[in-house]
Amino acid sequence: MTTAAALPGTLSLGLSRGATELREFFRQKENLIFTVSLPAVLMLLLGTVYVREPAAAQMFAAGMIGAGIISTSFVGLGMSVVADREDGTLKRLRGTPMPFTSYFIGKIVLVFVSSLFEAVLLMAVAVLRFDVELPSGAGRWLTFAWVFTLGVVSCSLIGVALSSIAKSTRNAAGVLNLPYIVLQFLSGVFIMQSVLPESLRTVGSFFPLKWVCQGFRSVFAPDDGYAVMEAAGSWELGRIALVLGAWTIAGLLLVGRTFRWTSTSR
Amino acid sequence: MNAIRVRGLKKAYKGHQAVAGVDFDVARGEVFAVLGPNGAGKTTTVEVLEAYRDRDAGEVSVLGTDPARADRVWRSRLGIVPQSATDAANLTVTEAVRHYAGYYADPRDPDEVIDLVGLAEKAKSRAGTLSGGQRRRLDVALGIIGRPELVFLDEPTTGFDPEARRRFWDLVRSLAAEGTTILLTTHYLDEAEALADRVAVLAGGRVVAEGAPRTLGGRAHADATVRWLGEGGYREIRTPEPTKVIAELSRHGELAELVVTRPSLEDVYLELIA
Repeated sequence: MTTAAALPGTLSLGLSRGATELREFFRQKENLIFTVSLPAVLMLLLGTVYVREPAAAQMFAAGMIGAGIISTSFVGLGMSVVADREDGTLKRLRGTPMPFTSYFIGKIVLVFVSSLFEAVLLMAVAVLRFDVELPSGAGRWLTFAWVFTLGVVSCSLIGVALSSIAKSTRNAAGVLNLPYIVLQFLSGVFIMQSVLPESLRTVGSFFPLKWVCQGFRSVFAPDDGYAVMEAAGSWELGRIALVLGAWTIAGLLLVGRTFRWTSTSR
Repeated sequence: MNAIRVRGLKKAYKGHQAVAGVDFDVARGEVFAVLGPNGAGKTTTVEVLEAYRDRDAGEVSVLGTDPARADRVWRSRLGIVPQSATDAANLTVTEAVRHYAGYYADPRDPDEVIDLVGLAEKAKSRAGTLSGGQRRRLDVALGIIGRPELVFLDEPTTGFDPEARRRFWDLVRSLAAEGTTILLTTHYLDEAEALADRVAVLAGGRVVAEGAPRTLGGRAHADATVRWLGEGGYREIRTPEPTKVIAELSRHGELAELVVTRPSLEDVYLELIA
């Protein structure tokens, strides 16, 4: 007779799911090309056109890393959950003794590893092609680590919550990409936020991307004097943590309320 | 104790009564088939039993537990074989079966299960490259890897060629022989007749007949038809006593093309759902 104690633990199942998710992810060429490499390719193209001086390259690379991890977390994860719903993965898992939390641990592993790949690739392009200098000092890397983590977690949760709106993967591409692309323009990825009209800047400030990019700019800036170019005139690290933290909590609540195992249930 | 007990099950979607009061029992170790046309309420009924869906009314007990209060231990005692999954396309058969084995306390040996479902030669192939029949066998492998006491098979042989269906039936029979309770939904009457100990026919959200395939709808007691080629063409007699009729007729010599038929399960079924 099976007993609860004998069933494998939530964490170990989550890690086992993470390993399986990664195996599936890296076997799909479109993931490698689109999700992992696209930001590096964009960096190469746009950087070649726009970057005229080293400091600009530093700031541009920071913004692209920010945009890139949002692409792997918000868009990539949202799409993968919709695909799991569409191809029967979620329905099958629902019929096994795997806890819901393990599924999410697996997704978090997937997003962290794929985001890390994407960021490393981007930094390699930035360093090799645009002579970008990597941040120096433990303090800056610590900032990098927490901005990366909070950015990935909050955007993953929002992506999963939004995925419940999408009926199919085709649908989801639109639901997820539209806000992502618009926000890139409002959040200082392609255009400096200081040149945007006040109203658009305010809209951008509600969403995580602006804060993630700002955090990364603080890490990649040649010196802290560049903070004056930010909309607020400073890096606002405390506020970054606060906004991303708030989105994480909001995302958790939204996922709890909106998550559906199948496209038809309830 | 029964493996499944359903009483007065009801479920409506947006004003449409999909299931309108269904009752049946499935004994432990039994192979039970649920038949019915599309929209009869088969899928909804089964999904309530699998804890995929809430119900509006009625009592349901599956392996002694109300699916509305499903927990991990209960789920580990079920095996659910879905109808149209295309998941795990980038995993090999072995990888997928091993991964799912990891969810259970006491799984079967993955290689043995792959062998059992007849996929040993495809063990290293990606699931996405399997044919329809092979894919369904993988679904069965994933459904039985946890050593379930009760297996749900949802229209398992839809789209199979005849040979693949026969082999699938053998697989179901071998599971049943091990004592696994099986609830099967199907469109194919020959499948129900070949596999099921008992069947329930659903129509309009209700059970319109229930029993062994041989006796369903009074089939066993229905008149037989004796048919043969006489001098002026084919002749037919409907009779409750075909042996007597044939004995009578054969006194005059050989009866050309003699056949005795009873209503097929299909005849009975079509009458029931009409």
